[in-house]
Amino acid sequence: MRNKISAVPAIETEGLERTFGSRGRVLTAVDGIDIEVAPGEVYGFLGPNGAGKTTTVRMLVTLLRPTGGLARVAGFDVARESGEVRRRIGVALQEAALDLLMTGRELMELQATLHGIAPRDVHDRATNLIERVGLEQAQDRRVGTYSGGMRRRLDLAMALIHQPEVLFLDEPTTGLDPTSRVTLWDEVRRLKHEGTTVFLTTQYLEEADQLADRVGIISAGKIVAEGTPTQLKAEIGRPHLDITLADGAGEDDFARAREVLRRFGEDRPPTPDCHLSVTVERGAADIAQVVRVLDDAGFTVESLDLVRPTLDDVFLAKTGGHLEGADEAAVEPTA
Amino acid sequence: MSISLWRVSYALARRALRNSLRRPQFLAPLVIFPSLFLAVNVGGLHRSTDLPGFPAVHGFLDFQLAAALTQSLLLGGIAQGIAAALEIELGFFDRLAVAPIPRVAIVFGRLGATAVISAFQVAYFLILGLVFGAHVASGPGGALLTLVLGVLAGIGFGAIGQALALRARSAATLQGIFPLVFVILFISTAFFPRRLLESPIDTIARYNPLSYLADGIRNPIIATVDAKPVLEGLLAGGAITLFGVTVAVLALRGRLREA
Repeated sequence: MRNKISAVPAIETEGLERTFGSRGRVLTAVDGIDIEVAPGEVYGFLGPNGAGKTTTVRMLVTLLRPTGGLARVAGFDVARESGEVRRRIGVALQEAALDLLMTGRELMELQATLHGIAPRDVHDRATNLIERVGLEQAQDRRVGTYSGGMRRRLDLAMALIHQPEVLFLDEPTTGLDPTSRVTLWDEVRRLKHEGTTVFLTTQYLEEADQLADRVGIISAGKIVAEGTPTQLKAEIGRPHLDITLADGAGEDDFARAREVLRRFGEDRPPTPDCHLSVTVERGAADIAQVVRVLDDAGFTVESLDLVRPTLDDVFLAKTGGHLEGADEAAVEPTA
Repeated sequence: MSISLWRVSYALARRALRNSLRRPQFLAPLVIFPSLFLAVNVGGLHRSTDLPGFPAVHGFLDFQLAAALTQSLLLGGIAQGIAAALEIELGFFDRLAVAPIPRVAIVFGRLGATAVISAFQVAYFLILGLVFGAHVASGPGGALLTLVLGVLAGIGFGAIGQALALRARSAATLQGIFPLVFVILFISTAFFPRRLLESPIDTIARYNPLSYLADGIRNPIIATVDAKPVLEGLLAGGAITLFGVTVAVLALRGRLREA
């Protein structure tokens, strides 16, 4: 095994590209992305479905060959030194690729064998990880009987069996209930504390906000923004008001209300839960005046929410659209 | 740190075998269909032994056991292909592909399970035959020879099934191949001796390796061991296995390269 000094980025891509199809029908899924993830960092890779997140992960874990550019994981080229990369990574793929006919313990022990754990250590290593993810009671049941959250926890435990340098989690909480999601978040925090590099793809803003040291936002195969969540949100700056008018208001009313509100700031595309959205310079200090202006114009405000900048605002500013999971991931933070 | 091919193959073989046993709906047709065919053929065509040119046998059941066995082993190959295709469809193949294992272990592991299942298939049909009055003319040694030939052929069919799965990546496609098993078998000497087949089937059967395989499996059951058919059977089984394993490994490489 080649020795690598710790200054080497855990993940590094230069102009990484992947196209599908041939001749006239070429689809570019990943379009020349540059990423650098430091050892021990949790990197959140955020984007809507079809943005290129999973294609990027599949290239980084050696399941898909890049059609252009370079990618190195743990210092090794994913195309030319794929075997070395595979020894150093743990992977929990989207939709937890588990064998539903096997029990949790059987799968853990198989995974240990696949990663060359000495036979005398297989049982103990599996036991430790089963306990770590809280599956002791279910370990001898077939995985087909597990809930979605249990499957994801088992998948995560399997990815950790050989203590990987870099862990890839591809949408680990998609489709999970809030409780299971928080359990997985706690585990990711623990891994970060232990110094594991984590590359986490997600379509949930809250998840990236809660877990990631840095976030890369991908849209249509390109990185459109990168930085810490705080940096990215600071770039957007101003908060906005989401306004819902009383029942009976129609498109004409919304258009007239937008005109009225123009003096406060920029009009934004409303979310599905409100009728109007407008940026405000002074945040809460503007609320009373907004209500008064609308009232003077003959509108009745049913609800009004002051929203501080989120990663969805960053996404909106960079791409003009909302993230699909923006509304789904509202989970109470645990830390 | 190198990960042993044999250790991984053994672990994957155990898994494939255990899963086969946990999915009896895949395993049952391997013996049920050929058993029904055997019952219908023996029940309706037992007077075939009176036909001029039919070899001297203890009974038509003795003669037909090789056909049922070959049919069962072919179905076993398709079943292993379906299991491999499901693994691709459900994503478990990706888990194996991303592990730092010798890649051929993915093929060898499943073939290990195929070998064990094939041995059980041979044992089942020999016991079934004995229960219903057949004889193994060449005794326990002949039964062992039949077992060796059956396992060899089973591995070959299983490897071809895996190659098809790796190319097609779809269990439905493999299921579509299922009826072909019967066609290929009917244009061989599995059910009737070549001298009783009409043209052009007799010519096709002459070039069909299943004819030599079935005749090789049959010989120790219906007579004292004759080197020629047994060696031809071993050669045919060996060729099928060599071909199957080669195309399976090439298909695996292609599958991983295409990714």
